[in-house]
Amino acid sequence: MKLTTTKRLERLHDRYANGDLSRRTFLTLTAAAAASAGLSMPWMGRALAAVEEVRFDGWGGTVQDAIDKFAFQPYTAKTKIKVVQGTFGDEDEIITKIKTAKPGDYQVIHSSGVNYYIKYVNGGLTSEINEANIPNMANVLQPMIEPFRKLTPKLSAVPYDYGTTGIAYNTKVISPEEAKEKGAALLLDKKYAGKVGGYSDMTTRVWYAALATGQDPNNLKDMDTIWAKVRETRDLAKKFWSSGAELMDLLSKGEIVVTDAWSGRVAALQDQGHPIGYLDPAGSYAWMEDMLILKGSPMTECEELINFMLDPATSIAVAEGQSYPPSLDPTKVKLTDKIAKLPAFDPTGTMKALTFADPVYWATNEDAWTKQWNRISKGA
Amino acid sequence: MKQSSLREHKRLEEGALLRVRMNNRWTLYDPRLAWMLVAPVLLLLIFFLVLPIAVMAAYTFFTFVTAGVETSALTAANWQEFFTDSYYSGFLLKTLRVGAITALLCGVLGYFPAYFIWATSFRHKWLLLLLLIVPFWISFTIRTFSWINILGEQGVINVALLRMGIISEPLPMLYNEGAVILGLLHFLLPYMILNVYVSLEGIDRTLIAAARSMGCTSAQAFREVTLPLSLPGLAAGLLLCFVLAAGSYVTPQLLGSGRDALFGNLIYDTIMGELNWPMGATLSIVLFLVLGFFAAIYTRYMGMSQIVKGLGG
Repeated sequence: MKLTTTKRLERLHDRYANGDLSRRTFLTLTAAAAASAGLSMPWMGRALAAVEEVRFDGWGGTVQDAIDKFAFQPYTAKTKIKVVQGTFGDEDEIITKIKTAKPGDYQVIHSSGVNYYIKYVNGGLTSEINEANIPNMANVLQPMIEPFRKLTPKLSAVPYDYGTTGIAYNTKVISPEEAKEKGAALLLDKKYAGKVGGYSDMTTRVWYAALATGQDPNNLKDMDTIWAKVRETRDLAKKFWSSGAELMDLLSKGEIVVTDAWSGRVAALQDQGHPIGYLDPAGSYAWMEDMLILKGSPMTECEELINFMLDPATSIAVAEGQSYPPSLDPTKVKLTDKIAKLPAFDPTGTMKALTFADPVYWATNEDAWTKQWNRISKGA
Repeated sequence: MKQSSLREHKRLEEGALLRVRMNNRWTLYDPRLAWMLVAPVLLLLIFFLVLPIAVMAAYTFFTFVTAGVETSALTAANWQEFFTDSYYSGFLLKTLRVGAITALLCGVLGYFPAYFIWATSFRHKWLLLLLLIVPFWISFTIRTFSWINILGEQGVINVALLRMGIISEPLPMLYNEGAVILGLLHFLLPYMILNVYVSLEGIDRTLIAAARSMGCTSAQAFREVTLPLSLPGLAAGLLLCFVLAAGSYVTPQLLGSGRDALFGNLIYDTIMGELNWPMGATLSIVLFLVLGFFAAIYTRYMGMSQIVKGLGG
């Protein structure tokens, strides 16, 4: 546990009172502490004050509401450390902000797994977690931790939840049977031209084009065919959404009847009574999310927060609230029936049933593919 | 003797008129005082406008390594890409076209409300002006989002037309260039109306009365007197609307499809999506230079003093 200045001085006084410290030494140390406090720069005060709060940035909407309600509020009640929150619609957006900010301005990020972890590592934005300060990591699924450890043996992030980007469809227009039969091809069905949506994200677009062309998303052989399929979906699409809120708005208002969609957001819509079905086609895009601590953050407090978030009771409540399975190992922690019914949930804890993006393969191609996708999305 | 004393007195009087001595060292029109008064604004401009633009300009020559990583090794690759890739010039032309259409529509649609507010004998004219400002009390993003509820398939217009049986399928009014221009009009019209109104307010109304007394009809008086004298305001409004429309990116993002993106969206995607700051900086400088060029040409031929007059100066 990190000591506050007050606590240190109290201990110093106790040692002096007990005779462990000479009067001269006590006065010298106290004067030094007073001088350092008096001569401290304005930023030092802010840095000390920052320990009283932790900055968190996440995806907003129903996901962050659940994290706030079931993790941050109880954490603040317990520790008096406030969690100051921000949101983003796209993780590249927050990376840009972090790059332009001072170390420590942004501290904990609800990040999109290993694919994005590489970007933080390349940008020199990561910290080094002391895993001993997060004992609840023992319950986290090892198959989720391993990909991170391959990139940095000293972790900067802890996996927190996972989900899939499957196919969401309006059940008033598309029957579950039709959805099951067509799977990923629904996004290319001319019958729904002008009513198709999709995530405005290179990985998702290329992934679904890979499924449509029968290629392995982690080993693409024919990129020309992939881009042709991406263009095909673009021409059928009404709108490529760029945030979870926009996805829910488009689906609930009936602007689109079929789209690739985040499993948790669809579950939230279903809970609200909207006629939305969800399907994970074979090879559906699985992803994990992690709590990433940035360089310059107050590590002790951030680690304490993440440990609190990984506490089984907290993690289960958050998972039920945000409709994404937690990173807790179901063979070690008893999870609820509600979680067992969530899309993408893997009861074995091996994660073998889910297809994740190979981080190294995708990172190698990310720059060129993102550029190409940005052009195609604008009509090129 | 008497004459020299008179000269001396006159000299002192002129001096007193030109300079008001404030203390032993400073005078009211002292150049040093003028610099001191201008200095805060000058410093603000240097630190918050000139320097950031200079940093952006320097970034255009940096080398992109990978998403979010660049080095200061100097290269002309970004500029070369801009000049050799028709993708960028195509979007630039499209942006200028959308900006010009929006500005012209603002001019046509904004002149009449401004004229009405100026000409009305309504006692509480301030209320009409207040109505112009009311939209600014609401967030720009929310104002733009509101069009989704109006133009969307489940929006007010489509639902009303469907219920009245006028249409059988919802009209595709959203996520196209028309929706983008409509959103920009909504955002920019108050600027145009206020500019024209300020210009109209500066017109000496006796000139119109004089024109009428010399036999002009109302229409002729408007055409020969009011319209020419209000042109500076219209010109200022057109420039303002053009520059703001051509530089916008939120409206096309929310109300347009990918194809309806403007140059600002390319900059956003390059910086925020590709995390390619050197190329994003290049595109930003290009937009800055192009819009600056248009503003310069415009003021050269319209006369800066006329435009400033239109802006209420």
